[in-house]
Amino acid sequence: MQLTLWTYEGPPHVGAMRVATAMTDVHYVLHAPQGDTYADLLFTMIERLPRRPPVTYTTFQARDLGGDTAELFKDAARQAMARFNPAAMLVGSSCTAELIQDDPGGLAQALQLTIPVVALELPSYQRKENWGASETFYQLCRHLMHKPAADKPAKVRPTCNILGPSALGFRHRDDVKEITQLLNQLGVDVAVVAPLSASVADVQKLAEADFNVVLYPEIGMAAAQWLQRQFDQPYTKTVPLGSHATRDFIAEVCTLTGLPQPAQDPSNAHAHWYAKSVDSTYLTGKRVYIFGDATHVVAAARIASQEMGFEVVGLGTYSREFAREVRDCAKRYGVEALITDDYLEVETQINALQPELILGTQMERHIAKRQGIPCAVISAPVHVQDFPARYAPQMGFEGANVLFDTWVHPLMMGLEEHLIGMFREDFEFHAGAAPSHLGSTRPAAENVAPVRTEPAAATPAPTAVAQAPVSTAAPTLSTDGIQAKGLTSDGVKAVAAPAQAASNQATWSPEAEKELGKIPFFVRGKARRNTERFAQDLGVATITVETLYDAKAHYSR
Amino acid sequence: MPIRAETSGCTDVVPLVERGQREVFCGLTGIIWLHRKIQDAFFLVVGSRTCAHLIQSAAGVMIFAEPRFGTAIIDERDLAGLADVHEELDRVVGQLLARRPDIRLLFLVGSCPSEVIKLDLSRAAERQNQIHHPAVRVLNYSGSGIETTFTQGEDACLAAMVPGLPTSAETAPALMVVGTLADVVEDQMRSLFDRMGLQVSFFPPRNSQAMPVVGPNTRYLLAQPFLADTARALQSRGAQHLPAPFPLGVEGTTAWLQAAATEFGVAPEVFEQATAAPRQRAEKALAVQRQMLQGQRIFFFPDSQLEIPLARFVHRELGMDLVEVGTPYLHRQHMAAELALMPAGTRISEGQDVDLQLDRCIADAPDLVVCGLGLANPLEAQGITTKWAIELVFTPIQGYEQAADLAGLFSRPLKRRLKLAA
Repeated sequence: MQLTLWTYEGPPHVGAMRVATAMTDVHYVLHAPQGDTYADLLFTMIERLPRRPPVTYTTFQARDLGGDTAELFKDAARQAMARFNPAAMLVGSSCTAELIQDDPGGLAQALQLTIPVVALELPSYQRKENWGASETFYQLCRHLMHKPAADKPAKVRPTCNILGPSALGFRHRDDVKEITQLLNQLGVDVAVVAPLSASVADVQKLAEADFNVVLYPEIGMAAAQWLQRQFDQPYTKTVPLGSHATRDFIAEVCTLTGLPQPAQDPSNAHAHWYAKSVDSTYLTGKRVYIFGDATHVVAAARIASQEMGFEVVGLGTYSREFAREVRDCAKRYGVEALITDDYLEVETQINALQPELILGTQMERHIAKRQGIPCAVISAPVHVQDFPARYAPQMGFEGANVLFDTWVHPLMMGLEEHLIGMFREDFEFHAGAAPSHLGSTRPAAENVAPVRTEPAAATPAPTAVAQAPVSTAAPTLSTDGIQAKGLTSDGVKAVAAPAQAASNQATWSPEAEKELGKIPFFVRGKARRNTERFAQDLGVATITVETLYDAKAHYSR
Repeated sequence: MPIRAETSGCTDVVPLVERGQREVFCGLTGIIWLHRKIQDAFFLVVGSRTCAHLIQSAAGVMIFAEPRFGTAIIDERDLAGLADVHEELDRVVGQLLARRPDIRLLFLVGSCPSEVIKLDLSRAAERQNQIHHPAVRVLNYSGSGIETTFTQGEDACLAAMVPGLPTSAETAPALMVVGTLADVVEDQMRSLFDRMGLQVSFFPPRNSQAMPVVGPNTRYLLAQPFLADTARALQSRGAQHLPAPFPLGVEGTTAWLQAAATEFGVAPEVFEQATAAPRQRAEKALAVQRQMLQGQRIFFFPDSQLEIPLARFVHRELGMDLVEVGTPYLHRQHMAAELALMPAGTRISEGQDVDLQLDRCIADAPDLVVCGLGLANPLEAQGITTKWAIELVFTPIQGYEQAADLAGLFSRPLKRRLKLAA
């Protein structure tokens, strides 16, 4: 038994629903109790589908358990067949039906339907949503596929299938569009995209293509590996997330097909230049924490490190099936991967690491909000806002552009917020001051600037403007500093006590104090604290201008 | 107040009873509002990943606010008997209570899987009671889909609390209001009863340490229509039910308050004085909504058992025409006062075969359909305006001050359709 407050993945039958809903003429008859229909609203609300998912539930109740739930299942399957007239049917059990041990596969067979029926064995008490989707797609391929004719018609251009995109997938809709365009430009035609918007007839033709593109290994890999074994169809191993990975992907496709590799990136590949532009310098070494599904985490780590210049300080995944890949990836960044589906563990780790940016799922978004850390969403599970109306792929060159904007945006906002927070302590920008362009409406006395204004906030200064190294400890104000300002704000009160307690602190010479005043106010607190710590460490009693600069040199190593 | 008079009542109605696929929530969903109400209670579902996923899908962003509910997910070791389920529960409950020492009342909530494997949660609750007494009381009830539909989860929860309510030693009649109401509504009701000179207790209470007393002197009003088991349990403690329509709309609220006033001998002028001002205020606010809704045809899919009182309200006070009123379960005794106010010949359906009901709905082409979130967007895409029903459970809708808000929930989708069409 496991105490769970929130889960990253649903049960495996929800994965099967994602495959059924993605396809155009498959119907899923699910042996499930009343209430399990809740899953419909994931599709109709989060993905905003304008149709019901093609799922019929038996919705048995307690009174049915005494009777014949098997007959209930057969009726449901028969009626679904008559009403929806699908080209293939999926049948299976949800967690409760698994316990009552009717056999949907056998029962459906007894109905002697004229269409292929694929029985799904989804162990609800061991496996989860992504595994369910993967298994369902794999079983569909196994049961539906035809062997291609021996004498394939000669093709002018090489063809491939795109495997993995499904319903409720994070940006699957736009990734498919982006990668299809990319492949077309290379000279490759996309034969079938599956399961997203594929028909049964499409799946039957999968083996006719020259190779497979696995966009989402969590869902498409099992089928791709089987296709390779059965039909010698190679599949791509690079997921084109990020500029570098997209180039690698192009190279891989060119190797598979013998097509010439394009000499340069397309004209819409902006992310690479944006990251190089001087405005992005302050991104250097930003400490980033990454959590999500395995594919997006591994890709995000590479982008963060190589394309954005961040420092990856932690990463992890809830996809146990791909734990090895994520562990290998973590090693490259010198960190230990966190493999868990317990968000509390993720929260604890984030708390300990105090990153400057979190890339994660909607749960990390909320953890970030609670801790006041900038955050961007890179992976399912996501809420309705991450099924956007606009074109927003993650993959290919346009995807890299989207990623750049998405990741940098909260940081920019973070910097902005930080600066505003610090300016609030300035004589012209404090909370009570009227906007300067409106002139001052307050008595002059209130507007007198404190001689030594310092940030009361305990947040670290942004590295781009930092004169002194960043530290996360709260700034310590000297006692006389507080008295001189006569400040009573909570922020100052909060730090006043430890400052007064530190009795063995060095005193500042008037010259040093004056020199300190020349340092921009938003890093002055940090400079003061570092200098005092430096003086204390060396046992210096009086801080001179020399000490100030010695300290600066010491900390900027 | 233009209340429709053509009513000859629906008391003897023979509902259309259907069995088939039901597009409804299970009783676990009740946790979402119950945990907000009882502020020191924790709801621990003993179930599967599906249960956890259901609650988090239904609770939306609430899940991120360190909610007081969670799931003990049964895994294969529990099923195979490799782990003693009771010991596992000890561990999980211990872990939970260590994390949340502020919890005073713990509900072990049964689910479909726990019922099918016949996990005896009442025994488990007893055992946990022994371990954690007296800091925490542990109760159990079933919110499983095989036993309960949506709001019936609240019924099961309240019914589980009734045996533990303190016994009233008084002989003078005392009033109790039963069913979860939003705090703001509860306060309004309390103040209305105050003005009539009536002391009132509310069940469930806001805090498990403030349970209302019950005994043969207790007269209770149901604030919610889905409380069959709770009513039975209260009855067995000697309490007496005051039959009344439910406090939805001006008419419903007045009749509901009147039932108590009559029972406790409140003088008509006192009643009038207490209710006149809010009643007039509500009537005035409703008149605006009525212009928008009059003559519009409405179809209710089954969801919460609130459908019949809501249909009565929209028909009599807003002038809407009822196409079909679906309810997951029809409790004739509790609905008697409501059915008497419904127009004769109303098509009332109990239970569901969702595909057949959708066929009827589309053939009837109503102006507004009240339905769940799994159906709303698909119907909208077919050009049918919908009002998603769950909001009617989560929003304060009872009493005078909320009457116009309630009407607004029905008029907003229609208004929006007009705006977007223009």
